[in-house]
Amino acid sequence: MSDEKKLPLRTAFAVSVSKTAAALSRATGRGDGSVIGGRLGMMIDPDLLAHLAAGREIALVSGTNGKTTTTRFTAAALGVLGDVATNSFGANMPTGHTSALARAGATRYAVLEVDEHYLAQVIQATEPRVVALLNLSRDQLDRAKEVAMMADLWRQALAAHPKVHIVANADDPMVVYAAGAHPADEVTWFSAGQRWQDDSHVCPACGGHIQRGEAGGWACANGDLRRPSPQWTLLDGEVVAPDGVPHEVKLQLPGTVNLGNAATALAVAAKFGVNPIDAIPRLGSVASVAGRYAQVERDGRLVRLLLAKNPASWLEAFEMADVAPTLLAINARDPDGLDTSWLYDVDFSPLRGRQVLVSGDRAMDLAVRLEINGVPFTHVKTFADAVAAVPQGRLEVIANYTAFQDIRAELDRVL
Amino acid sequence: MSSDLNGGLQIVWVYPDLLSTYGDRGNMLILAHRARARGIPAQTIEVRSDQRLPDQGDIYLLGGGEDGPQALAAQRLLTDGGLARAAANRAVIFAVCAGYQLLGSTFFAKGDKCPGLDMIDISSDRGPSRAVGELAGDVDPTLGLPPLTGFENHGGRTHLGPGVKPLVRVTTGVGNDGVTEGAWSETILGTYAHGPALARNPALADLLLCWATGEQSLGPLDDTWPDRLRAERLTAVGR
Ligand SMILES: [Zn+2]
Repeated sequence: MSDEKKLPLRTAFAVSVSKTAAALSRATGRGDGSVIGGRLGMMIDPDLLAHLAAGREIALVSGTNGKTTTTRFTAAALGVLGDVATNSFGANMPTGHTSALARAGATRYAVLEVDEHYLAQVIQATEPRVVALLNLSRDQLDRAKEVAMMADLWRQALAAHPKVHIVANADDPMVVYAAGAHPADEVTWFSAGQRWQDDSHVCPACGGHIQRGEAGGWACANGDLRRPSPQWTLLDGEVVAPDGVPHEVKLQLPGTVNLGNAATALAVAAKFGVNPIDAIPRLGSVASVAGRYAQVERDGRLVRLLLAKNPASWLEAFEMADVAPTLLAINARDPDGLDTSWLYDVDFSPLRGRQVLVSGDRAMDLAVRLEINGVPFTHVKTFADAVAAVPQGRLEVIANYTAFQDIRAELDRVL
Repeated sequence: MSSDLNGGLQIVWVYPDLLSTYGDRGNMLILAHRARARGIPAQTIEVRSDQRLPDQGDIYLLGGGEDGPQALAAQRLLTDGGLARAAANRAVIFAVCAGYQLLGSTFFAKGDKCPGLDMIDISSDRGPSRAVGELAGDVDPTLGLPPLTGFENHGGRTHLGPGVKPLVRVTTGVGNDGVTEGAWSETILGTYAHGPALARNPALADLLLCWATGEQSLGPLDDTWPDRLRAERLTAVGR
């Protein structure tokens, strides 16, 4: 406990309660403890997060999609410099941050995944050195705020902290608007593509139409917002650094999307002085992220789990998945959003030609959608039925949030 | 019947850049799918808010949207005039949520009362709370449809004038005001139901196709999956 001696007495007590509660929560099987522990600690010391952040060099990662993976990659990259505290289980609100920092003890560095709604609050509390802004798109429709409103909140939050360095996605007009008022030398732009564009047809600055051009270019018809020239880019499966040097990045995680997440992590780490050459092997050692991308052998099938929680991440999952038998599982419980209409925002036609199985609480919604989309499918009641229905070899599983958790729990039980 | 269908059925999705918050593309895809399955050629046309709206389409679709885009869509449709001309040609108009509200005389967006297109006899204001959840009820018997099932998510309340009929008597959810849901008049039909509405209510899709083609009825389709979806959703609300 030597690392806590420098903390104010109330903070030290709060940290101790927080850790105990987290340990109890884990021991009783009620969770990984990061939320309950953080919540109790913050009741005792409301400034606990600020106290725990003080003295650390911190990077925050936020956006609708890719933040868990990018956080994991960034923590791996900063590991070149020393110990890194991070919230690795998707507990991305201030209670989760508090718990992660308390649990890690004294580290010089911290990388925190931040829920997009809490970014302003967490910037205020942690005074980060770098903030990475990945993307903004619709998520959990029946309770999320308007996308443009979120971009505006980000912009205001960043305007209050002009010394924070921003690493931002040049391909997403909402992100460019959010970072656009920042001093130009405190922004590093990266390009990792934007598959989902349906939430950025309208310019967040003026309401004009965003026109898309060749090679990923875009600009508002009124000329007040356009794609900045990115310093970090992807080219032919390699990450190109600002000095123009291309780097081969061998990842275990699939798809161009994850290569883009890796590029973002390298850009953030570079602001801390990490050379990409030193960081790249560490990115290649990441095999799964909070159960996502994990590969599990079951009855001769190599099962891989992909999480798809909103239209943008469904498109990404189709890109990551092998051309192999694929199980789609959909629920509509509270964390998923109760409305399944978003199924029609996703084009499932990339799955044509693959053996497709559907499952989950809302498999019937999916069945109707696939019929309209011209994608043949079979309905299965359980995950075990799905495994039995496919030949030996790869089985890709793409599921939304609670369906993903259900399948993970079922896989954990048999292992 | 709005035109001879020589070039096929023209299905126009109005302003997907502004009015497409809840899978509204689905209604367009389902209409085209069910028309083609009967051998009726169908063409889908997506018209952005910076483009002129053609007035010779057979079916026009308006979807849901947040306050800002809704007000902008109403403004541009008033300036454009194409939808009013299409209605005068007796085109079919199917409007959902924000799109439904803006067909009336007035609606509320971002705290302001906004002028609507005044194409049907409704007006909308704000309710005491947001209506979010399953929506179900019995459809106006003159339309000959089975119960409506959908999902609603809106803060508006809609008042019907004598020029329209309620689409549904509500048994679950809120709809217009907790008693009725949606409205229809001639070949214009509006609803608060997402889902999308036509995925959960294929008979409603067929009604719109009948209105557009002038057919009395259309050939049967294998609706195994939509029927199972309907049964599941209606059972979930105790029907
Ligand atoms: Zn603009």
